[in-house]
Amino acid sequence: MRRAVLPLLSFALLLALWQAAAVQAASRVLPGPDAVFTVLLREAASGALVHHLGITLLRVAAAFVVAMAVGGALGLLLGRSKAADRLFGPWLVLFLNIPALVVIVLAYVWFGLTEAAAIGAVAVNKIPNVVVLVREGARAADARYSEMAQVYRFSPFDRLRHVLLPQLTPYFAAAARSGLALIWKIVLVVEMLGRSDGVGFQINLLFQMFDVAGILAYTIAFVAVVQVLEYAVLQPAEARLLRWRDVRAEA
Amino acid sequence: MALVGPSGCGKTTMLNIAAGLDRAFDGEVERAAGTLGYVFQDPRLLPWRTVRENVALALPRRERRSPRVDETLAAVEMAGMGERYPLQLSLGMARRVALARAFVVDPDLLLMDEAFVSLDEPTAQRLRALLASLLEKRPTAVLFVTHNLREALALADRLLVLSPGPGRVVAEVPVRIPRAGRGPEVVESLRADLLARPEPAFRVLA
Repeated sequence: MRRAVLPLLSFALLLALWQAAAVQAASRVLPGPDAVFTVLLREAASGALVHHLGITLLRVAAAFVVAMAVGGALGLLLGRSKAADRLFGPWLVLFLNIPALVVIVLAYVWFGLTEAAAIGAVAVNKIPNVVVLVREGARAADARYSEMAQVYRFSPFDRLRHVLLPQLTPYFAAAARSGLALIWKIVLVVEMLGRSDGVGFQINLLFQMFDVAGILAYTIAFVAVVQVLEYAVLQPAEARLLRWRDVRAEA
Repeated sequence: MALVGPSGCGKTTMLNIAAGLDRAFDGEVERAAGTLGYVFQDPRLLPWRTVRENVALALPRRERRSPRVDETLAAVEMAGMGERYPLQLSLGMARRVALARAFVVDPDLLLMDEAFVSLDEPTAQRLRALLASLLEKRPTAVLFVTHNLREALALADRLLVLSPGPGRVVAEVPVRIPRAGRGPEVVESLRADLLARPEPAFRVLA
């Protein structure tokens, strides 16, 4: 109970400051928490909030899965094969430095204003990060376990599943955490530029109408949902995969 | 067969070559095909798998559920510890699991690299007795590396003495007394005999 007090106090302070600033500004440009909350309730009641949030989350999920799968596979390859690493390492550096906006725009130009282009663009933005992290993990894999696996004639599948992938878990976890944070921000841009639904699209619409309360309402709703995802899904999953590390040694 | 010699003489390298892990050498290896068991100096249990899974993974997939795994764990006195994780085990226990893993595959050749080093003497004694009894039930060719001459004399049928690095086999000593009869006094007298031998090869044992 005591642990919850400080964060709650912190939020209350933020709300109080916000309310004070809004009253002070007395302008359409800075609505107070009460106005934003009203909009939030209205959008939730009409179903619009759920609709757009849902669509955006689906895009986030799809891009996440694609980025982790492709990035993971590539990272594994580059980490285990020095030849592949030397050949494709420079490409990685290139892709890491291309601005997200450029990737998105090019994807829409080359592949049309489609859902696939949208999700692909987001994934391509995230993949280089995943590759770098997973490659690091693959390079750091302990040769001693591989030797043991060789002596006991582990199949390639067993080697992957029981020896290599468990060692990559912390790196995958880091990629997932930073991935989620990055992906949902890029999804909003992708929706703004080339989709007709989703939180990004809504925010753009509200921007055109100068509806700041609406913008803030959607932002707060979306950030809250992503945080819940992090705490309710990602963290427990990571804890479960790493539980073997936390057991105490017993005599 | 025990390989004895000072540190750095290449004992572990020899085992790795025999295991097919080390291919960077000049010369030839003649190795009959067959199953291999290897107890490494560090237990090398997969920390993210349970004790039972660690032993079972050494077997081909369809044999992993067989009672053989639990029987082997019982034989090394680790029955009931199957669901523990390696980080919960003491070194002696981890070594026992590694031993179980080596035996569960019914190896044609068992390689052991200083398998009982850095254990307190009572634990080491227990493990040596365990090894002897396992070999009694299932005689296997064993290549056993140690720098502990007493240990070698207590367990081996033959000792191969290696010179300091780069190591060469400089002497081969058979031990004809059956293992059961090698109490501590017998081992001491065998050791004294070896150290008293005049040939320069045996100076490395001192």
